[in-house]
Amino acid sequence: MVALSLAMLLQATPALPEHRIADIFKPMASPAAAEKDIALLTIAITAIIFVVVGGLIVFTIARFRRRPDDGDRVEPPQIYGSNQIEVAWTVIPILIVFVLIGISARVIAAVENASPPKHALHLTLIGHQWWWEVVYPDYRITTADEIHVPASADGQYATYLTLQSMDVIHSFWVPQLGGKVDLIPNRNNYMWIDPREPGIYLGNCAEYCGTQHANMLLRVVAQTPDDFHAWAAQQQQAANEDTAVQEGKVAFEALSCVNCHTIRGTSANGKFGPDLTHLMSRTEIGAGVEPNTNENLRAWVADPQVAKPGCLMPSLKLTDKELDEVVAYLETLK
Amino acid sequence: MATLDAPLERPREAPREFSFSESVYRWVATVDHKRLGLMYIATALVFFLISGAMAGVMRLQLMFPNGRVVGPDTFNRLFTMHGTTMVFMVGMPMVAGFANYLVPLMIGARDMAFPRLNAWGFWIFLFGGFLLYYSYIGGGGLSGDGSAPDVGWFAYAPLTSRAFSRGAATDYWAFGILVSGFGSIASAINVIATAFSMRCPGMTLSKMPMFVWVMLVDSWLIIVALPALSAAQIMLELDRKLGANFFDTQGGGSAVLWQHLFWIFGHPEVYILIFPAFAILSEVIPVFSRKPLFGRPAMVGAIVAIGFISLGVWAHHMFAVGMSSWSNTFFAASTMLVGVPTGIKIFNWTATMYGGKLRMDAPMLFCIAFLLQFLCAGLTGIMLGVAPFDWQLHDSYFVVAHFHFTLLLGLVFGLFAGIYYWFPKAVGKMYNETLARWHFWVFTIGANLTFIPLHFVGFLGMPRRIYTYAPGRGWETWNFIATIGVVVQAIGLIFFLWNVVQSLVKGDPAEDDPWDAWTLEWSTTSPPPEYNFEKLPVVRSSRPLWDLKHPHDPDWKYE
Repeated sequence: MVALSLAMLLQATPALPEHRIADIFKPMASPAAAEKDIALLTIAITAIIFVVVGGLIVFTIARFRRRPDDGDRVEPPQIYGSNQIEVAWTVIPILIVFVLIGISARVIAAVENASPPKHALHLTLIGHQWWWEVVYPDYRITTADEIHVPASADGQYATYLTLQSMDVIHSFWVPQLGGKVDLIPNRNNYMWIDPREPGIYLGNCAEYCGTQHANMLLRVVAQTPDDFHAWAAQQQQAANEDTAVQEGKVAFEALSCVNCHTIRGTSANGKFGPDLTHLMSRTEIGAGVEPNTNENLRAWVADPQVAKPGCLMPSLKLTDKELDEVVAYLETLK
Repeated sequence: MATLDAPLERPREAPREFSFSESVYRWVATVDHKRLGLMYIATALVFFLISGAMAGVMRLQLMFPNGRVVGPDTFNRLFTMHGTTMVFMVGMPMVAGFANYLVPLMIGARDMAFPRLNAWGFWIFLFGGFLLYYSYIGGGGLSGDGSAPDVGWFAYAPLTSRAFSRGAATDYWAFGILVSGFGSIASAINVIATAFSMRCPGMTLSKMPMFVWVMLVDSWLIIVALPALSAAQIMLELDRKLGANFFDTQGGGSAVLWQHLFWIFGHPEVYILIFPAFAILSEVIPVFSRKPLFGRPAMVGAIVAIGFISLGVWAHHMFAVGMSSWSNTFFAASTMLVGVPTGIKIFNWTATMYGGKLRMDAPMLFCIAFLLQFLCAGLTGIMLGVAPFDWQLHDSYFVVAHFHFTLLLGLVFGLFAGIYYWFPKAVGKMYNETLARWHFWVFTIGANLTFIPLHFVGFLGMPRRIYTYAPGRGWETWNFIATIGVVVQAIGLIFFLWNVVQSLVKGDPAEDDPWDAWTLEWSTTSPPPEYNFEKLPVVRSSRPLWDLKHPHDPDWKYE
């Protein structure tokens, strides 16, 4: 009972709706909406073509199949072709194609060449095997996997993403916000999103990037501008200091954790793995492989290869005591 | 002017008994285009079954969320080997096999232009296949890392660089395909030389069978497109073994360069693979409709147009790499334009059937299913060509569904039509029509059951090449249905294999011309003698046997 009320107290802001079904036909941002409109138009045109041509084929089969009473040796009239008909079914498809090309060109330009509005947030998303590093240069925040952005119904709070990769090609795809753009090493790519409603939007890495491509999941947390600023202010602070878990902090700093992870305000400043300064503000572990609960976190630190086989974090073979201390420390990193 | 004056019934060769070692030697040492063609097709069928079994394992893994059938590394190797095998060890030898077997017979020649090059091409292709599969044993390399390649069939850089692909798996992938590619190029040169220089008297290019026309254009595409892949693979090996840094981004190379080089080959390759189905349909549909091919000049024009346009569409595989809006618009436009000549082909096949008397035997059933299914594939292709729509669909299961509609429900259906159609000619025995119909219906239902749902799961954001997925994202039902479809397909294939084996052993003897057809291969015995024709035929139209069977109403009066 006490635990329950404590949990309710901790939940200061109402939980955001989680959009687990990433339907491209339920867009929640301008690029996805533009893509949905052209998708529906294309589907309508191709559906008409399918009905007309498919209907003609089926009619032909039904009408001209050989009947039992047909004389076996009597051949049907031999028709060799007709230039008028050939011209007709060449010109009509060309006209349809030109309509589609024109519409495509408009949407391509509208989505690709849009310039940032006044309040645009800039962030850099860096792909790693198999997690996402999220950097907010204006706020000096570095976090991982869960991308917090402001949402607004009028589209005033667009977010511009600079996409980079540390290793191989990845691809950013959150279907309800927009189509995919690749993260390519040695290259900057750009895209933008402007979520219209607060919520959590799910996506996946969409370019095969090695062993754990499947568990390189994306969560875009769209918040009201006020909530976003509160979150950013909290993220800007250095890591929580709690004397109760001092042994854990010492153990963390003494172990090889620090070679890969950063916890701002401590001696841990590795860059190879996710920044853990505010680990407990994230809801998932291992780029979405499982929820960030006490048991999962402990099991993950003990051996990440169980939940995410092949991932680049090794099992450090910690003793039970070390494990207890380190996990207790990590759990204070709100 | 004499046309085909040899009688259709002729005494069969006295059968001669060969000892086992003699028969093996006759197959291994042969330079006969028919034996090489059959060896290509048989090899392709074996690889088809291996690669199909791999697909079955993958579908089992994805049947339920959090599947535990195979782990991530095994799964990644499975889809890499499945794709690579289907394209290079099934699709390509099917091109070579059908072209080899049929082109000389259809143009009234005694063999291909270069019989020894032909044999070399087959064996080098086969050893390329062995090299690819040897990776399961040798792929670990000296460091012991890895097994079969796990970089995907288009092996995007820099995942293939030494830093991310240890061991020798990627090297086996590159060399296996490089070597078998030499075989494909040799075979393509041979087809071109044969079609241009070995046609029988009277057969001008305008009277050449449509099958040969399509294979001719196909062979041109092979020798234009494949060297781009060979060059890219040599560059990749220079990177991996000599530190050349073409594609190694850590050394300043370009990951996008690989994509351009690969798809400059890779998109024409899709047409290279589908053309044999076009070729087969252009022969089977007229014969089973009892009408000549409608709009023959337009069909030739369309196939040549597809050949040219297909060389200018490659970057539609790259709409998500961040090209400029102008490049994206250009490639969206060229991609949609290639739909026009493809549409012309579908319209002409339909017009060929219109007004005919359709005989619904197994080859024709597969052709009709091809028409409807390939129509779907073409229309989903238009959707993918609309670049903004493709930003959503690219690398999703929608793409998987699209190209399986093209290659399985398209190409493989065409190949089944061709196999049933020429089975009596090639082996001299009839196949079992009842089993063939079971094969058709069961396989058609299974294939549609598998690949229709995968379109929808793509709309719901499921990316391709994931070995597992969490429940609750709307993907479970579709994936479950798709896996059931694979089981149905497998049952359909058992009917096919049983039919082939049973007909080979105790099929009824086939007549020389069981379909009352019109091209030259049906004028010789079933199976044809090594020299094909006792007397070289002389033709006056594109349907020489029609002329022979209808002396009062021959085609050459109208052509």
